[in-house]
Amino acid sequence: MTAHDLRRRQVERLMFAATMLAAATTLGVLFFLLGYIAWQGATSVSWAFLTRLPAPVGEPGGGMANAIVGSGKLLLIAGLVGIPVGFLGGVYLSEYGRGPIAFSVRYAADVLNGVPSIVIGVTAYALLVVPFKHFSTLAGGVALGLMMIPVSLRTTEEFLRMVPDSLREASLALGAPRWVTIVRVVIPAAMRGILAGILLSLARVAGETAPLLFTAFGNRFWSEGWLQPTASLPVMIFTYAIAPYDDWHRQAWAGALVLLTLVLGANILARMVLVRSGGLGRSS
Amino acid sequence: MRRRGFWMALLSMTLGATAHAAVLVNGAGATFPYPLYSKWFDEFHKRHSESQINYQSIGSGGGIRQILEGTVDFGATDGPMSDEQLGQAKVPILHLPTVLGAVVPTFNVAGVESLKFTPEALAGIFLGTITHWNDPALTKENPGVSLPAAPIVPVHRSDGSGTSYVFTDYLSKVSPTWEKSVGRGTAVNWPVGLGGKGNEGVAGLVKQTPNTIGYVELIYAVQNKLPSGPVRNSSGAFVAASLESVTAAAAGATIPDDFRVSITNAPGAGAYPISSFTWLLVPTRIADPDKGRILTQFLSWMLADGQALASPLNYAPLPQAVIERERKTIEKIQVGGQ
Amino acid sequence: METLSPVVPPRRPSVPRLAIGRTAATSLTPVLAGRGERLLGSSRRRRWADPIFRTTSLAFALTVIAMTAVIASVLFLRSAPARAAFGWGFLTSSTWDPVFEHFGVLPFVWGTLASSAIALLLALPLGLGAAICLSELLPTRWSDPAAFLIELLVAVPSVVYGLVGVFVLVPLMRNIEGILQSTLGFLPIFAGPAYGIGLLTAGILLAVMIVPFVVTISREVLLAVPRAQRDAALALGATRWETVRHVVVPYARSGILGSVFLALARALGETMAVTMVIGNRPEISASLFAPAHTMAAVLANEFTEATGDVYLAALVEVALVLFVITIVVNALARLLILTVRAPDPARV
Repeated sequence: MTAHDLRRRQVERLMFAATMLAAATTLGVLFFLLGYIAWQGATSVSWAFLTRLPAPVGEPGGGMANAIVGSGKLLLIAGLVGIPVGFLGGVYLSEYGRGPIAFSVRYAADVLNGVPSIVIGVTAYALLVVPFKHFSTLAGGVALGLMMIPVSLRTTEEFLRMVPDSLREASLALGAPRWVTIVRVVIPAAMRGILAGILLSLARVAGETAPLLFTAFGNRFWSEGWLQPTASLPVMIFTYAIAPYDDWHRQAWAGALVLLTLVLGANILARMVLVRSGGLGRSS
Repeated sequence: MRRRGFWMALLSMTLGATAHAAVLVNGAGATFPYPLYSKWFDEFHKRHSESQINYQSIGSGGGIRQILEGTVDFGATDGPMSDEQLGQAKVPILHLPTVLGAVVPTFNVAGVESLKFTPEALAGIFLGTITHWNDPALTKENPGVSLPAAPIVPVHRSDGSGTSYVFTDYLSKVSPTWEKSVGRGTAVNWPVGLGGKGNEGVAGLVKQTPNTIGYVELIYAVQNKLPSGPVRNSSGAFVAASLESVTAAAAGATIPDDFRVSITNAPGAGAYPISSFTWLLVPTRIADPDKGRILTQFLSWMLADGQALASPLNYAPLPQAVIERERKTIEKIQVGGQ
Repeated sequence: METLSPVVPPRRPSVPRLAIGRTAATSLTPVLAGRGERLLGSSRRRRWADPIFRTTSLAFALTVIAMTAVIASVLFLRSAPARAAFGWGFLTSSTWDPVFEHFGVLPFVWGTLASSAIALLLALPLGLGAAICLSELLPTRWSDPAAFLIELLVAVPSVVYGLVGVFVLVPLMRNIEGILQSTLGFLPIFAGPAYGIGLLTAGILLAVMIVPFVVTISREVLLAVPRAQRDAALALGATRWETVRHVVVPYARSGILGSVFLALARALGETMAVTMVIGNRPEISASLFAPAHTMAAVLANEFTEATGDVYLAALVEVALVLFVITIVVNALARLLILTVRAPDPARV
């Protein structure tokens, strides 16, 4: 082995050590943050917290049940709006997209991503609240759905692109029409990454407060149907965190902990169900 | 809420069916009275289980805008609406005071628990003309206290808020320079200082950074045990903020028929100079009979039993004279069709 | 482990080569075995299925443009009073006075761009390094759970980041800034009192918030690089690091840059967390320790309380300026990509 080779090995060790440091730092910050939230919130999370309505100040035992359900409903609508647009749009960009239309779509998605969440909330307010003269879960869900689109679109496109053309060619050579090729061959091959993108976009909107202030508004009580204002976890967390009362602060942290747990749970569940682990989807 | 109720509500909610004939009344506005309002609406709901009054604290400006747009049934604000805004309303809007609040200065100087502030000192600090803690403006009124030669770091609110409105309103009254160069508003162009978001932002900054001075709501200072001090009022006495001194400020002020008044720097020996009303914004005509009935019932209840709930939460109740006048105003609200 | 071992277990999942046999065959065999008539139908069905699929996906893609256009028009229309009152002066003025109604956006632009730049400078190497470690060095058993957890960071509400920033990061930064000042305080970027709150702290907090995007997406992209590429490089005698640096990362460059775009966009639009640690002072200063303000923060702070038509319109105009800046920054970044890589017209 020459001196040059030795140096190459040293560089490799050094760089990999640097990447491990980067990973350790990232994970370190992550664990610190999660630990901090857990430490602050764990004592306040209880069955009562999860199943009761908020109590007024000074009365113990209040909960965030309506906020938890409200967030679920909002994310459901957000998914119905954001996932089809992001997913199918990404399919178009990857499989058919050449030229100015595709360029504009990508560009628009990046710009949409940079719009502050409060602006999206204000737009949804102008379009879905003012004409109907009331706040609603629907308006909040649509605002969140708008925010989901860029992430799911870009990631769907990127992962579909990474599927080698040889797969597409093989499928077409076997006589399958284009759409069957896309649906039955290309998408399953990229499913892991696409799913990661969709889950990432859902996670992003799960914690958003600002777009909901003027759309879903908030509700101390149970919200019925889809056209009434609804409580949501991020808004409750925000309202409680900036209040002067210690009890509410604790509930804010508990709410944050619940939110993260639900997102993690949804993440794991979705991956288990939709991507066959080990084996087929990701073999050598 | 019992568990069975939880599952029932969950079911009814997702199916979109109405499980009971509850009427939902929506209101929005000021964050300052939010804790008290949430208490009031919950207590009211306990007494009248079919009435659900849902109040969201999106800010005074938000409350004004939403009531003008008609997306909520009532609003709430710490700063009264202007004539121009009232002119934009389709249905005339009433300002109904609910409780009183106060703004107190708070600071972080090593070893100092309490300081007396003159109006000139406060204005000078926030204008940037008084720059060090051992300035004569401060040492003169606080002879026994050793103030360091350190630079003062003022802290103000970065977000638009009723608290800022009250504080700048007070400074505008006691300092012509302030009125000319900065003025009053929920957000102003602060000459100096750091901006903290919300009361907790200001309190946090003050607590953690040495030699700072900021302003917060009374409740906040009490709940978080922040160091503060008395302020000299228009009669020359140094008065600390308390429920009594705040109510005294309201009692001493001249209150117009529409209740839109600023009571900062109010006359009266026992008046705390940085006090203010907070108002509910209610339309004079409410079309929906159920909502109208609930609102008017609530308002009457608020003026009677509701006031008793204010002091335990560090909100000052309204003076009796104001309550009487307000009852008469509430009777003028028309409910239902013409 | 630098050499290629003949029997390679699927330690690094990538796009399946075997899947050509499995997925395509298992899904197409029934087709070809004659049951395909049910799937493909007559040639008549074959003729319209493809165009319908293409049109549908095109329609969804176009809604993105439509939504962005709607937002742009709402912003443009609702900022009319302010544009009429201030004209282009809005872009150059540094005053923000809601009482006397003089508004200018310049300090906010500075704060936004500076804090985002700091955030990217920190997040990109950190995120990419972590992604490389997670995809190349760690077995899937460890890196998958780690990636899930990192993704969780994205769901943490902004206000929680702000609170942790205020209680943990700010005191820490006050100490660090104090040390920096005593040693390097003669440099203009380290001048001024060290409050702990300011541009640098906001940049660091933003970096923490955007790192998960870079890590998650880059890791998936790196994992998706075909094994053949790696094998080829290793077979030619490259060390694993050289493979990563010269083969894997360049192959995944587009995806990594895509993750950077997503991260940058979030940094530009982040509101709550930034406003709690940046000091909210609309001033331009050369020092990293100075308080500053960003466009998104002023919107978050003042929008809900703004009364007065011109004030509100001025805030909407701030949003419009941010919108335009996002467009410009994206354009610049794309130009950068075009000059950096061989032109692939479909991939911009």
